[in-house]
Amino acid sequence: MNESHLLSQDRIPGSEILLRSLLLEGVECIFGYPGGSILNFYDEIYKNNELRHYLARHEQGAIHAADGYARSTGKVGVCVVTSGPGATNLITGIATAHIDSVPLVIITGNVPLSMIGTDAFQEADIVGMTMPVTKHSYFVRDVNDIARTIREAFYIANTGRKGPVLVDIPKDVTVKEAIFVWPQTIHLPGYRAKSEIIKEQIDALLVALKKAKRPVLLAGAGVIHADASNELVELAEKSGIPVVTTFLGLGGFPSQHPHWVGMPGMHGSYAANMAIQQADLLIAVGARFDDRLTMNAAKFAPNAEIAHIDVDKAEIGKNIATTYPVIGDIKHVLNYALPKVTLSSTDNWLQTIAAWKASHPLRYVDSDEILKPQWVIELLHRTTKGEAIITTDVGQHQFWTAQYYPFTRPRSLISSGGMGTMGFGLPSAIGAQIANPDTLVISINGDGGIQMSSHELAVCAIHHIPVKVVVINNEVLGMVRQLQEVAFEERYSEIDLSGSPDFVKLAEAYGVKGLRATNKEEAEQAWQEALAIDGPVLVEFVVPSSENVYPVVPGGKALHEMMLGDDE
Amino acid sequence: MKHHHTVSILVNDHPGVLQRVSALFNRRGFNIDSITVGSSEQPGMSRMIIVTLGDDRIMHQVINQVEKLIDVVNIEILSEKPLVARELALIKVEAEPVKRPEIMTLAEAFRATIADVSPDSLVVQIVGDTEKIEAMIELLHPYGILEISRTGVTAIARGRHRL
Repeated sequence: MNESHLLSQDRIPGSEILLRSLLLEGVECIFGYPGGSILNFYDEIYKNNELRHYLARHEQGAIHAADGYARSTGKVGVCVVTSGPGATNLITGIATAHIDSVPLVIITGNVPLSMIGTDAFQEADIVGMTMPVTKHSYFVRDVNDIARTIREAFYIANTGRKGPVLVDIPKDVTVKEAIFVWPQTIHLPGYRAKSEIIKEQIDALLVALKKAKRPVLLAGAGVIHADASNELVELAEKSGIPVVTTFLGLGGFPSQHPHWVGMPGMHGSYAANMAIQQADLLIAVGARFDDRLTMNAAKFAPNAEIAHIDVDKAEIGKNIATTYPVIGDIKHVLNYALPKVTLSSTDNWLQTIAAWKASHPLRYVDSDEILKPQWVIELLHRTTKGEAIITTDVGQHQFWTAQYYPFTRPRSLISSGGMGTMGFGLPSAIGAQIANPDTLVISINGDGGIQMSSHELAVCAIHHIPVKVVVINNEVLGMVRQLQEVAFEERYSEIDLSGSPDFVKLAEAYGVKGLRATNKEEAEQAWQEALAIDGPVLVEFVVPSSENVYPVVPGGKALHEMMLGDDE
Repeated sequence: MKHHHTVSILVNDHPGVLQRVSALFNRRGFNIDSITVGSSEQPGMSRMIIVTLGDDRIMHQVINQVEKLIDVVNIEILSEKPLVARELALIKVEAEPVKRPEIMTLAEAFRATIADVSPDSLVVQIVGDTEKIEAMIELLHPYGILEISRTGVTAIARGRHRL
C-alpha cells in the first residue's frame, strides 16, 4: 500500500489521526457500533473508503467478530464502540480474548474531558472496569498522543504473550487538531516483549529428555500464537515423542500425524489422559495447565517431571510445580533445540499408547432412528475433509466438535476455551469468514448459545457472509443438564429450552436460508444443500436431549479416573 | 509459609499505575499493609514500596504478574536482602501541662521530636523502622493517644546495589 498520503504531516483532527493510524497499522476492517462519543471517528469512516466497517447488532457481537478475525489470522482484531453502555457491553468479549491471549485493539469513545468524572450521560470508567482483563489500556487526554498510543497499542497487543489493549478517547480529543506525526520508534521501557532465550534452560531440558523413557509433549494454544506448528512437528519426529494437544491447541499439531495421541483433560481421550498420567517427562509447550486440563492438580501427571516452555514467565509454576522452566518465544526455543535433539528410544512407549488408542477409541452409541450429535459432527468432518475453519459456541457441542472433528492445521478451531463464553460461536465465525473469504467457515452452536447472538445473522445477510451456521438443537442446556444428572441426582434446574423460536423461521426472518434435519437422511440432504448455497445458511439438527459427553473426568478426580460411557 | 515482604517497584509516572499494581495483590488475597509512592532518581518514574503479608510461593507469582504490567519498569523483593526500612509517624497524645516533661523525655529517648504543642495535647514525630514506632506508640498509650498518622514504610537496599 502506498502510505505517503497517510504519513503527510498535516494539521488534522484527532478523529482523522485515529483513522490514519489504524490504516498505517495495516488494518483493513473494523467491527463496531457508533454512538455520541465516537461520532467524529464515524464521520471519518464515512469519508474514507480504505477501511471497511462491519456494523454488529450488539457490541458483544462486534468484539467477538474482531476476536474471530484475530484468531483465524494472527493479525490484530479491531473493535470500535461508543462510551458508556457501548463500552461496558464489550467487557465479556475483552475477558474472552484476554484469557485466551488474543490480540485485539479496542477503541472506545468517552465523554468530553471537561465532563469526565461528573456522571455525564453515557459516561463509564471503562479503563478502570477493564484493567483486570486487558493486557494494557490507555486514556488519551491529548490529541498529540493519539498516533503514538495507537502504535503502542498494536505493538503491545501482538507481541510477547498476546492480548487485548483498550484505548479510551474522550470526544473532544477526537475533535481537536494536531500535526500528524507517525512515530518511527516505540519507547516502552517497562515492556519486555521479547526476552532472549536462555540456552542453559533448554540444554537442561534436552539432558532430561535423553534420559526419559516415557516423554510426552503437551502442546497448547501458545504453539499456534507463536506460529510454531512446523517446528513442533519437527521436534516430535526428530525426538520420537508422542504429542497431546489441549483444547485450544487443537490444530497446532496435525491430528492425522502418527505421533498425535489426542486431547487430554475433562473430556479428553483415554489414550491422551493415560499418556499424561504414565509419562515420566511432560513437556508443556505454550499451555497453561488450566483446571479443565489438569482436573485434580495434585494427582496430575504423578510420575512425571514437568518441563514448561512459555513466553510468559508468570505462567511457570502457577498451577503445577515445574522442574525445567524454559522462558521464551516458542519458535525461538524450538529452533535452538531442534539441531540438538536426537531420537529417543520411545518405541515401547509409542506402542503402549497405540494400544490404548486401539482399545479405547472415542465412541458413542449410534442409532439409525435418532440423529446423534456426534454423528452430525462426523458428517461435517466427512463432507469438508477437515479443511474448514470451525468456530464453536460453549457447551456439549463444543467438546463433541473437539472429539469428532479432527483438526489438521493451526487456526482452524476458534472457540472460547478459557472464559467459556456463550454467544461466541456465530459472531466469531463472521470475523473469521471476513478474514478468510475463500475458506469454508462453519459455526457450530447449541440451541442455548445461538440465542445469545442470533441477531448477528443480520450481518451475515446484509454483507452476504457465507457462514454455515449449525445449530445442534437438543432443547436443553446440555452441559448443565449433564452436570445436574451426575452431581445433583438428576434434579434438572432451569435448563429447559423447549419453546425456543423456530430456528429455520428465525434465520429466514433475517433473510438467511434455514434448513432443518431430524434424522440421518435429512441431515445428509440438508447439509449438502447448505454447502451448495453460495451464502449464509442456518442448519438445525434436532438431536436427543439426554446425550452426554464422554469420556468425562468427574470433578475432583484424576485424569485416569474418567467415566468412558453411559454403559459403565 | 506466610512472611512479610517489602517490595520495591519502579513505575512510569502514569495515572492508574497504583490501581493496576494494587489490584494484582488483591486478586491473590494479599492484604497490603502499607504502600508509599514518590518520585525516584529517574525523571518520569516513581518508586513504590509495598509491604505485604503472604505465602512465599504466591508472592513470587504476584511479582511475576506485576512485572508484566507495561508501566512497571522494574520490581524486586527488597526484604530478601539487607535493607534500610523507615517510616514516619505523627502521634497526637493527650498532655496536660504537668504531663508534658514526662512525654518529652520519653520522646527524646526515641530520638523523636515534638512537632506541635497545644494547651492539652502534643504531637510526637518519630522516624524509624516499624518495631521502633510500635514501641513508641505502646509507651505513649497510657497518656491517651488521640490520633495516629503513619506514612507507611519506605525502603532501600543496603550497599551500592540499585534496582
